[in-house]
Amino acid sequence: MADKLKVATTSLAGCFGCHMSFLDINERMIELAQHIEFDRSPITDIEHCGPCDIGLIEGGVCNSDNVHVLREFRKNCKVLVAVGACAINGGLPAMRNHFKVEDCLNESYIDGLGVENAQIPSDPELPLLLDKVHPIHEIVKVDYYMPGCPPSGDVFWTFLSDIIAGEEPSLPYELLHFD
Amino acid sequence: MRKTITIDGQEIPYTEGQTIMDAAISADIYIPHLCHDPDYEPHGSCKLCTVSVNGRNCSACTFPAMEGQEIINHSVDLEQDRKRITQMLFVEGNHFCPSCEKTGNCQLQGIGCYLNMHDNHFPHFFANREMDASHPDILIDQNRCIFCNLYVRASQEKDRKNVFAISGRGINKHLIVNSISGQLKDSDIDIADHAVHICPTGAILIKRTGYQVPIGQRTYDHTKIDAVTLAKENKQHGR
Repeated sequence: MADKLKVATTSLAGCFGCHMSFLDINERMIELAQHIEFDRSPITDIEHCGPCDIGLIEGGVCNSDNVHVLREFRKNCKVLVAVGACAINGGLPAMRNHFKVEDCLNESYIDGLGVENAQIPSDPELPLLLDKVHPIHEIVKVDYYMPGCPPSGDVFWTFLSDIIAGEEPSLPYELLHFD
Repeated sequence: MRKTITIDGQEIPYTEGQTIMDAAISADIYIPHLCHDPDYEPHGSCKLCTVSVNGRNCSACTFPAMEGQEIINHSVDLEQDRKRITQMLFVEGNHFCPSCEKTGNCQLQGIGCYLNMHDNHFPHFFANREMDASHPDILIDQNRCIFCNLYVRASQEKDRKNVFAISGRGINKHLIVNSISGQLKDSDIDIADHAVHICPTGAILIKRTGYQVPIGQRTYDHTKIDAVTLAKENKQHGR
């Protein structure tokens, strides 16, 4: 049997909903495991991405850490895939793009309802926010896109099955949703 | 003698005064469009209906049908142009489908799916657009406006009012309301007006009607926009 395809996944400015949806392929995960193995992913807890065949990126880019992670994935993955609305167009986090970062932070940590010990978090461990949330194709080259909020388990299954079969991934109309 | 034009090799009849779009709809041929509705004067602004007529690109909704026209409606180049136009419409506004009530019923989204569009290709404008929730029954969300101009035409041609217009240029282009305050609540608009129900996207919504049809059971969730549009527009013309 041929070597298994290496797959890495991550969630940037996302809600992990796409990852949860991936798990909706349910028992098909067992069949998938015959063909792929996970590298860096919340599923494995591997911290850094090694050379991979497929990188699945959930979420847009909202802070400096997102930029580094995204570049690490691009550098290591032969095929990079934008998974879900946030990776494709910034999604709901990008709705903050109409406000200044300072106003967003003040609203959350200073003026917000029920805030105690009001202060803007400034621990050096925390990545700095970018002034805008960006779709990932504005930072790196993206090879494929899986639309949806989230893309259904069937979308993940269809996409990965095509790649495993060595075919160009395509989605039938029934699986193509922007919502 | 019967007058005919040819679309993608198929000979179809037309009558004097018809546009290429009119003739195509009568012959059950779908040419993608967003700013056109056969009930109103053609506007020719969205350019999705671009077809090749004897080798030159024209808007099918405004170009008259004429004897001897060899029209290409489906080609790799035209499909690519239409996809790019749709992507430009998406990045020009703020179209966040997951948070929009019109999702599944939205013609812009329907066209995107019809064209097998997976991404928006261009950098996003993230333009600052305003909302007008002043009216008790009607909501305007300019984030989703694609400037189809249908609401302007509907208000003028059918409602015999003059509630809407488009103002500004480029990223500052926006819908304006004809009232002293500029707010919808002070205009002549009525919930029964055609202009309120013509919006192809979620820019003009009726309040308190949201999510009556669940997501997944909406117009374009299972049926492509070509079939939906042809059925509707043929019926409109009683054909």
